[in-house]
Amino acid sequence: MKYYAAELCDRGTVAVDDMVLVKDAPATAGSRILEGFTPLFSAEAVTRLEEKGYSVSGKTHVGEFGLDLVGEFSYYQPAEGELKGAAAELVASGAVQAALGVDMNGAPRRAAALSGVSFLKPTYGTVSRYGVISCAASGEQLGVYAATAAGISEIMGVIAGHDEKDGTSLRQKEYDYSIEKNINGKRVALVKELLALADDATRARVLAFADALKKQGVSVEEISLDWTDHANTAWQILMTAETCNNVSRYDGVKFGHRAAEYKNIDELYVNTRTEGFNFLTKSVILYGSDVLSKNRYKDCYDKSLRVRRVIAERFEKLMAEYDAILTPVCKNTSYQPYEIRQAFGKVFEESVFTAIPNLIGTPALSCGGVQLMGKQFSEGTLLSLAAGVEKEGN
Amino acid sequence: MSYELVIGLETHVELSTESKIFCSCGGHSAAKEPNDCVCPACSGMPGMLPVMNKRVVELAVTAGLMLNCEISRYTTFDKKNYYYPDLPCAYQITQLNHPICTNGCVTIKTSGGNRDIRIKQIHMEEDAGKLVHGGKSSFVDFNRTSVPLIEIVTQPDFRSAEEVVTYLNKLKSMFRLGGISECEEGAMRCDVNISIRPEGSTEFGVRTEIKNMASFEAIEKAIRYEAQRHMDALDFGTEELVQETRRFDDVSGKTFAMRNKETEADYRYFPDANLMPIIIDDEWLEQIKANKPVAVDEKAEEYREAGIFDKEIDMLLASHKIAKLLDDIVALGCDAKDGAAWILTDCAGILRKDGKTLGELAITPEKLSAIIKMVDEGKINRGAGKKILIAVIEEDVDPVAFCAQQGLDRKVDTSMIEQIIDRVMADHPQAIEDYKNGKTKAAQALFGACMKELKGAGDPAVIKELLEEKLKNA
Repeated sequence: MKYYAAELCDRGTVAVDDMVLVKDAPATAGSRILEGFTPLFSAEAVTRLEEKGYSVSGKTHVGEFGLDLVGEFSYYQPAEGELKGAAAELVASGAVQAALGVDMNGAPRRAAALSGVSFLKPTYGTVSRYGVISCAASGEQLGVYAATAAGISEIMGVIAGHDEKDGTSLRQKEYDYSIEKNINGKRVALVKELLALADDATRARVLAFADALKKQGVSVEEISLDWTDHANTAWQILMTAETCNNVSRYDGVKFGHRAAEYKNIDELYVNTRTEGFNFLTKSVILYGSDVLSKNRYKDCYDKSLRVRRVIAERFEKLMAEYDAILTPVCKNTSYQPYEIRQAFGKVFEESVFTAIPNLIGTPALSCGGVQLMGKQFSEGTLLSLAAGVEKEGN
Repeated sequence: MSYELVIGLETHVELSTESKIFCSCGGHSAAKEPNDCVCPACSGMPGMLPVMNKRVVELAVTAGLMLNCEISRYTTFDKKNYYYPDLPCAYQITQLNHPICTNGCVTIKTSGGNRDIRIKQIHMEEDAGKLVHGGKSSFVDFNRTSVPLIEIVTQPDFRSAEEVVTYLNKLKSMFRLGGISECEEGAMRCDVNISIRPEGSTEFGVRTEIKNMASFEAIEKAIRYEAQRHMDALDFGTEELVQETRRFDDVSGKTFAMRNKETEADYRYFPDANLMPIIIDDEWLEQIKANKPVAVDEKAEEYREAGIFDKEIDMLLASHKIAKLLDDIVALGCDAKDGAAWILTDCAGILRKDGKTLGELAITPEKLSAIIKMVDEGKINRGAGKKILIAVIEEDVDPVAFCAQQGLDRKVDTSMIEQIIDRVMADHPQAIEDYKNGKTKAAQALFGACMKELKGAGDPAVIKELLEEKLKNA
């Protein structure tokens, strides 16, 4: 079923995924619970694009609340065949110049890799989250899909910058998204443990990317990181807790889906949410409630906050030595449909590659089927490295 | 056995801000209809983010300063999770881990002498909406949602219902005077924690909490009832006391245990990632301190020293607006005692005739002080002053212009008289010619013309003198 078809457009058109609000266009976050909800305002990023003359041409499907691998569990368009992300595919098809997507747990980065396009998850606080259907407020960021580094750079220049409607928006007005930094002599670290987790085809991609970098005068060194699992666990705990809390507003009282059958307010809540959420969202809600409960808070949520601080420090130390970190962005180069009951575990497993930037607010670029991570505000460096590899490929 | 009552208080006070705590909606006092003051943010729509209202921080800090608290330089917000239809996000934004003020103290006067009540903390939070039940359905009104509150938590330092009510009355006048809250009906709500112990014991007894009472009378009654219930339980074994939450029923005058379901919730508190920690630096704190109103006690003493009677002081301190008006006219050079009489007797009297109260007084300090000064300087008498005051209050006229226009001055200043004489002389060249030719009657005609122009204002002797001088020099 096609829900919101993005019209085929020329250059200058941008699609947005369904976690992003566009005034008067129904917004569902891929969930039945928001069926029929129409927002009264557009996301700040959408408004900025429109003000600069871009046409926001349509909305693309997302997996329910962006919690799945690449968008396979949308209530409105369940996956058939090989798993692909709708926004990434649309950009890959050339139908739009770029797309906006919300990166909360790596889904857009994985989707970009599977469709052969790029996605930038920018530094936290650089792009306004006003008008983004929020799940994990402390780590989600609005980012850009495009075919090339240049395409991302162009759109980031339009949407980034302070917005007083978002209390987490940084005061800085301008950021560096240049793609023409001199990369000769830059140092890139390749994470051994993450490379070992990927399949052969993915590993080959990462190594080819490293070779292309080397040809541009970049040094690539293998390093060992023993805390990527901790980073992932900490982010899954924070992410599920925050998501559980943010989706608790969908209760059938004010908007969206409401169960037809109920006898009292408790039944209204329970029936509406039972019908409205899919199994993955329910798993996240249960997991998130658990880690916030009185007797688990200290050992789970609070500890994850402390892990976040430690990892931010370690990452910063690492980035004093290197200009970027190179890793796979997902385990395989293609994915087949699977049972939703396996989703929670599968996403947890895959997000070991993507969790660090969500956890500590640093930027990450999915390009050429691999991932480049950098320190805060290093988007210009990441994009320039990617542009260098694009040149090699031509 | 003789028992000692031990009470701690949690008081929620609605702040007098122009907008809600995290959005730009007006407060619910501006609402005429249900859901008048509601936006996507305070109705919990996805995509909206809370943005901190700076004024709330300033008022909370001011309250903390008035209650001698330590002000936190780093303060954060947490989310408290529970489902209720009047809570649109299903969580309330409040402060758990880093409240804005801690460790304060306030002294109250009781029949047994002065008592110090320690303040454990003050925190900021948002209010919830309101449910309206009708027929088979219930309706929800979000006007009050996200209205800013501060919650003031005391240590268990009260020993009687009288002390509790004295404390609450003191908070009320403090907050009114400080412009923190008007403390109107329902804008101040209390949870009372109560236990009893044998006289002389230092251990605490079993504690119960009576939730959400808005009137001081109910609070007093509830404490008396609950204390008696505890004593009966201990002395006669009427029931076994358990730690629980109770509600007070106004009609029966009794407290009842609330269902466990309502009280044993795990609120799953955790930090709100949408609101950055607030840093209160020296500069900001000094700014707030500079604007801090003096405490009630100091203010009362200041008025007493100025010779104002205690009864008048109570009336002045009952309203932040009125006390400020007096302070403002004093700053403009009026005498405090005299100013108080003008406000409490004259202004109040004029309003009363129209069926209004002093709280509705709308007069600028500049206009009021202008009237008082004209009387003080002897330009007009007090009766004329009152006449001008009525016009100012009812029609907001300019007092000086109105006075001149109505010719209420006893003495018009000579330069104005001279101007008029000059004009009259210029208009009557023939009369001047006649005067020069020895017709003294012409002077009489000119004098009449001047008096007519001045509409009876001005001292006739002065006018005559000035006119004759000018005629001589003409």
